[in-house]
Amino acid sequence: MARFVKTGTKTVKAISTSSLPDIVFMILFFFMAVTTMRETDVMVTVRIPDATEGKVLEKKSLASFIYIGEPLEAFQALYGNEPKIQLNDSFKELADIQDFIAQEREQLNEADKTKMLVVLKIDRDTRMGVVTDVKQALRRASALKIMYANTNVDKITSVY
Amino acid sequence: MADIAFLLLIFFLAATTMDSDTGLMRQLPAIPDPNVPQDVNKINDRNILEVKVNKDNLLLVEGQLTQFNQLREIAHNFILNPNDEPSMPEKEVVNIPYFGNVAVTKAVISLQNDIGTKYGVYIAVQNELIAARAKLRDDVARQEFGIAYEKLDEDRKAAVDDYYKVPISEAEPKRIGE
Repeated sequence: MARFVKTGTKTVKAISTSSLPDIVFMILFFFMAVTTMRETDVMVTVRIPDATEGKVLEKKSLASFIYIGEPLEAFQALYGNEPKIQLNDSFKELADIQDFIAQEREQLNEADKTKMLVVLKIDRDTRMGVVTDVKQALRRASALKIMYANTNVDKITSVY
Repeated sequence: MADIAFLLLIFFLAATTMDSDTGLMRQLPAIPDPNVPQDVNKINDRNILEVKVNKDNLLLVEGQLTQFNQLREIAHNFILNPNDEPSMPEKEVVNIPYFGNVAVTKAVISLQNDIGTKYGVYIAVQNELIAARAKLRDDVARQEFGIAYEKLDEDRKAAVDDYYKVPISEAEPKRIGE
């Protein structure tokens, strides 16, 4: 029979933690580099549609976001459950889009003003009536470059 | 030291997001100036692929009820017009850098929707049309330059874009029975 014999007196040394700060700082810098600050709290339910041809938004600083969807449950008592437009941090009406675009454009450099992009984050169950109205408002505000936000998938399984 | 680093780390985890946004890039047409006379040159009917989505999210291509999964192939055939059929888009010989004189299709896709159409369906349809065009552009890029369209430089991309222009126009919205 095998026997386990203890030879000598072995003591387990505690693992040195002196390199821990270095590791944590490394992770910290990683997160600082790859993430961006949360800018707005989305107050509407937005399940953006699936598509296969979506392109990655490269310059986030040039983009302004418009959210359209049903208000979250917490806001439904006040705003109802019809799709609403959210600009920055509040619910707005169609007529406010022009001001919003002007304001966003004001924040960009002179050189970037023509490159401004409006990202539309719209819930997939929204009716096109609202979307078309927003698109017309954007045309009137001459913000012509738009992006329909979507999640990229390999294949669209169902559209209905 | 480690405590401070952990604190900062947790702050960044909470205050930032990592999601990168993806989406379909589109260019809206400018509002036509009422003082400037409109372009009277109507596009020939054979060059337009009419795609309509109604309020029940049904798809109508050139007046025919169509299944969603057939759309990409229909658009592909329409743009390509392999047999030069008279009912399909005409081709025009133009000079394009890198290609020289080539016959380029004059196809245009017109997408119309109803106020009641679901946004998800609208995007899916638009996605199919963009995919059909992207496939053709990729094919010609591989044929001409031997590499994928995505990997081309800006000049070559522009040349391929000119080869298959195929604007996807979103028609001026019509309000019916509001």
